[in-house]
Amino acid sequence: MQDFSRRDFLKTTAAAGLGAAAGLGFPSVLRAQGGGTVKVGVLHSLSGTMAISEVSLRDVCMMAFEEINAKGGVMGKKIEPVVVDPASNWDLFAEKAKQLLLQDKVAVTFGCWTSVSRKSVLPVFENNEGLLFYPVQYEGEECSKAVFYTGATPNQQLIPAAEYLKSKEGGGYKKFYLLGTDYVFPRTANKILRAYLLATGVPADNIAEEYTPFNHQDYQTIVGKIKRFSSGGGACVLSTINGDSNVPFYKEFANQGLRSENAPIMAFSVAEDELRGMDTSSLVGHLAAWNYYQSVETPQNKKFIQNFKNYCEKNKLPGGSKRVTDDPMEAAYFGVYVWKQAVEKAKSFDVAAVRKAVYGQKFLAPGGEIKMDEANHHTYKPVLIGEILKDGQFKVVSRSKGLVKAEPWSKYTSPDKGCDWVGHQGTYQKKA
Amino acid sequence: MVIRLLLALVLLPGLTAPAAAQSAASTPPPEIAKALAEVASSDAAVQEAAAVVLGKTGDRKILPLLEALREGSVYVRPLPGGKKETVIVGDKVSEGDKTLVPLFSAYGREPLVGPGGKPLLIELSKLEEVSTGRSLRLVLRPLIDAFSGQTQLADPDWTVRQAAAVKMGNGGDPGSLPALTEALAKEKDRWVRYALEEAIALIQLKSGPPAERVIAATKLGALGSTDALDRLRDVAATADGPPELKQAAAEAVKRIERWGLLTQGIQVIFQGVSLGSILLLMALGLAIIFGLMGVINMAHGELMALGAYTTFVTQGWFQSYAPGAFEYYFLVSLPLAFLVAGTVGFALERGIIRFLYGRPLETLLLTWGISLMIQQGLRLWFGAANVDVLSPKWLSGGVPVMVGIQLPFNRLFIIGLATVAVAGMYLLLFKTDAGLRIRAVTQNRGMAACLGVRSRRVDALTFALGSGLAGLAGCALTQIGNVGPELGQNYIVDSFMVVVTGGVGKLLGTILAAIGIGGLNKIIEPSFGAVFGKVAILVLVILFIQRRPSGLFAAKGRYADS
Repeated sequence: MQDFSRRDFLKTTAAAGLGAAAGLGFPSVLRAQGGGTVKVGVLHSLSGTMAISEVSLRDVCMMAFEEINAKGGVMGKKIEPVVVDPASNWDLFAEKAKQLLLQDKVAVTFGCWTSVSRKSVLPVFENNEGLLFYPVQYEGEECSKAVFYTGATPNQQLIPAAEYLKSKEGGGYKKFYLLGTDYVFPRTANKILRAYLLATGVPADNIAEEYTPFNHQDYQTIVGKIKRFSSGGGACVLSTINGDSNVPFYKEFANQGLRSENAPIMAFSVAEDELRGMDTSSLVGHLAAWNYYQSVETPQNKKFIQNFKNYCEKNKLPGGSKRVTDDPMEAAYFGVYVWKQAVEKAKSFDVAAVRKAVYGQKFLAPGGEIKMDEANHHTYKPVLIGEILKDGQFKVVSRSKGLVKAEPWSKYTSPDKGCDWVGHQGTYQKKA
Repeated sequence: MVIRLLLALVLLPGLTAPAAAQSAASTPPPEIAKALAEVASSDAAVQEAAAVVLGKTGDRKILPLLEALREGSVYVRPLPGGKKETVIVGDKVSEGDKTLVPLFSAYGREPLVGPGGKPLLIELSKLEEVSTGRSLRLVLRPLIDAFSGQTQLADPDWTVRQAAAVKMGNGGDPGSLPALTEALAKEKDRWVRYALEEAIALIQLKSGPPAERVIAATKLGALGSTDALDRLRDVAATADGPPELKQAAAEAVKRIERWGLLTQGIQVIFQGVSLGSILLLMALGLAIIFGLMGVINMAHGELMALGAYTTFVTQGWFQSYAPGAFEYYFLVSLPLAFLVAGTVGFALERGIIRFLYGRPLETLLLTWGISLMIQQGLRLWFGAANVDVLSPKWLSGGVPVMVGIQLPFNRLFIIGLATVAVAGMYLLLFKTDAGLRIRAVTQNRGMAACLGVRSRRVDALTFALGSGLAGLAGCALTQIGNVGPELGQNYIVDSFMVVVTGGVGKLLGTILAAIGIGGLNKIIEPSFGAVFGKVAILVLVILFIQRRPSGLFAAKGRYADS
C-alpha cells in the first residue's frame, strides 16, 4: 500500500536509531519532524474481515490529508501519511501501532474500528505518549488520555433511538427485542438499553435479549421467536447485528411475513456503506440511529460527498463515483481537521500540547457543527433517526435538538462514574 | 415510490404536457382550501387545528400533504398580488450554485406547471418554509396512520393489506371498524380475510358491548389468533369481569396455546429440513470429491463463492441487456454457476491437483492455497465490499400454509433444488455407465484401472462435477445470505462437518448427516440460543466421531487402501 522504497527504509531506520539513541530524554519533541513534512499514521485494516468497513475510513482520511496539503498543510508542513495494514488481526494492531509510534514517530494516528482492536492498541498509545483519533460509535465505558473519540457514545445513539421508539411520534412501542452479535459492543449496548428501558417503566417481560455468533446465517428460529414476541402489536427490534449477518436476518424477517409497519427494526450497525452490498428491498422502512447520514442537507455535506466521489474516481478506487459516505467516515474526516486546528492552536505537534488544544475545539463537519468536549475526550454530536429508503439512503425522521453531550459512562448502568482529564485525572467516581 | 414516479414524470419532457393538463383541473372544496392556508400558519395552535380539520375530511388527496408536513417539505410560495399558496416541494435539483425544486399542489400533490406547460422549477430560497414542530408531528402521526391504513386495505399487494389489517387490529381503535368490515366484504384472499376477521374480533373484544365481547373471545379462540393471546389472558384474569366472558376468554387462551404448540412444532420441522437442505447442497460436491479421490478440497468454499459471483454477473448482464426478462435471471444463472465452477474445478484438477494424488497433506495445503488465491482474486476484481444480488419477485416473500406459518419461497426453492441435485446424483452414479466407472474407481482404483477404466479421466470429470455442485450451492446461497469474497469461509466448516459425520464416499450418509445436523440444530436453538446451539452441535459431532471414526456409514468391502 505505502510507497516505501529501500532508501526510505534506510533513512527511517537510521532516524529511528538516532532517535532511540539521542531522544530518550525528550521523545515528544523529536516526534515533530523537520523537512517540511509531518508524519501521521493511518491504522485501518485493509485486508481481512474488517476491510469491508475500514477501507473507506482509510480513503476518507487520505482525502482529508490531500485537501489539507493542497491548502498548504498544517503549520506550513505537508502531511505525510504512513498507512499500515493490521489485517483485521488484533495482535497485529498493537504491533503496527508500535511501529507507527516508535519507528515512524507519527505525530498522530487515525485508526481502529472494532472495540477489540482499540483495546489492543490502547496500552501502546498510553505508554508511548501517542495520540489516536477513534472514529466509530462504540459501547463507552472507556476514557483514555491517549484517545479522542469522534464517534458516538451510547447516550448519543442507543438511548435516543429507544426514546424515539417509545415516543408517540415514533410509534409508542412497548415491547423491545434486543438482538445482537455476540461480542462486546452488543453485550454492553444491550446492558445499557435494558437498564434504560427498565428505568423508564418497561416491564422485564416486555424485553427479550438474544445473541448470535459472528457470521450467523440462519435466522429462521430467531425470526420465528420475534414473530411470536410481536404478536399483539407494539413490538420493535433493537438490532446490534454486525456486518454480514444483516442480509440473512432482514431477508428472513421479510420472508416470514413481518413488516416494518408492525415490527420495525432499529439498527445501530447498518449505515450507507454497508447498504452498498445489500439487496435493500427487504430493509425499506426499517430504522437506524446515527449522527450523520449522506442525505443530511448542508452545503458542506454536499461538498464533502462530491469531493469524496471525485477523490475515489481520480484515484481509481473500487466503486469510483458510486461510493457513499456514512457516519464513521464523517467522524474520521472531521477528526483529521480537529487535529489540524488543535495543532495550529497549540503551535506545536507535541502530543501533550495538542491534546490540551483539542478540548473545546469546534468544527463545521459535513453533518453540521460539532464540538470536542472540554474534558472527557469525546464529541458533542447531533443524533438523527433515519428510515431506510430503496436506494440505500436514509430519510431523517427525527433529529435531536442541538448537540448531545457524550457520556462515556451511561447514567443508567454506571451512574457513579464519569471522566474528566482537566479537573480530575481521567475516570472518577461521582460523589453521591 | 409514488414520489419518485411523479418526479420522473415531471422530469421527462415528453410526458409533462399531458400530465400537467390533467392536473390543473382539481381544485379543493372551500373549507379544505381554508385549512390548507391555515396549516402554513406560523402559529402552532392554528396549524394543529387545521391539520386535524384536514385529517377529519377523510379526503385521500390530503394524505400527501400530511406526509409532506411530517417530512418538512411543505413551503409557502408568494404569488403575484400579495397572495400566498401552500405547496409541496419535490426532490432538489442543483443548477450551478442554485438549488431548484419542482412544486406540487398541496391538494392531491399534482405537479404545478409554469408558462408553456413546463414543470415549475423554483429556487428554494424564494420559498418560505413551513415549520413543523414536534407537537404538530405528534398530531400528524395518528392522522396519517388512519389514512394510510385505509389506503393500504385497498392495496393490490396482499401482504400490504394483511399488514394493515393486523396493525388496525392491534391498534384496537373502534373508529377503524367500518373500514375493516367494508374491506372484509370485498376481500377474496383467504389470508387477508383471516387478518381482517381477527382485527374486527380484536377490536370488538376490546371495546364492544359485553355480549359481543364474549362472541369475539370465542371467535379469536377459533381463529387461533396469537395476536389476541395477551389480551385474552388479561380479560381472563380481570377480577370484576362478567363470568361468561372470563370463561370464554380462558377457553380461547387454551385453544390458541394448543394451536401455537402445533404450529411451533411444524415450524421447527420445516426449519430443520430447510437448514439440512442447505447443508446438503453445500456438502454434496465436497463429499463426492473426497469420497472418490481422497482429496480434501479446501477450495470448496471458494468454488461456491465463484458460483455466487457468477449469479451477480448474470444479474448485471440481465439488468443492462434484458431488463424485461430480469425476473428469470436466476434460472439462467443456476446452470451458468454450475458450468463456471465446474470449468474452474476441471482446470484445477488437470493443471495442479493431479500431480499430487495420494499425498493428502500436500493436496490439503495446495487447495488451501488455491482458496486464498481465488478469494483475493475476487477481492481484487469485485472489491472487498459485498455485492448485492437481488432476489427475483418469485423468490421473495412466502406462502402462508396455515395460521401462524408462512414458508419463505427462497427456502422452499432451496429444498427443491437440493432434492433435484441429490436425485440427479443418484441417477448419475447408479444408473449410468459413467456412474458405474466412478463407483468402480472409488472402490478400488488399481483394479478399476486394470479392467480398462481410464481412472485419470474419471478423476477429472468427478472433480469438475463436484466443483460444479459447489457452484450450484453458491448460486442458491445468494438468495439467503450475502455475497462477498469471504462467502466460502462462512460455509466451509459446516460442509466438512456434514461430510465427516456422514462417512466418506457415501451419498446416503451425507444426506442423513445434513438433515440430522440441520434438524438437531433447530431443535436445540430455540431453548439454548444460537451461540450455544452451535457449540452443542460441534460437541455432539465430536462425540459422534469419537464413537464412529468413519462416520455414519463406514465403507465396507474390499477397498484398496483400507
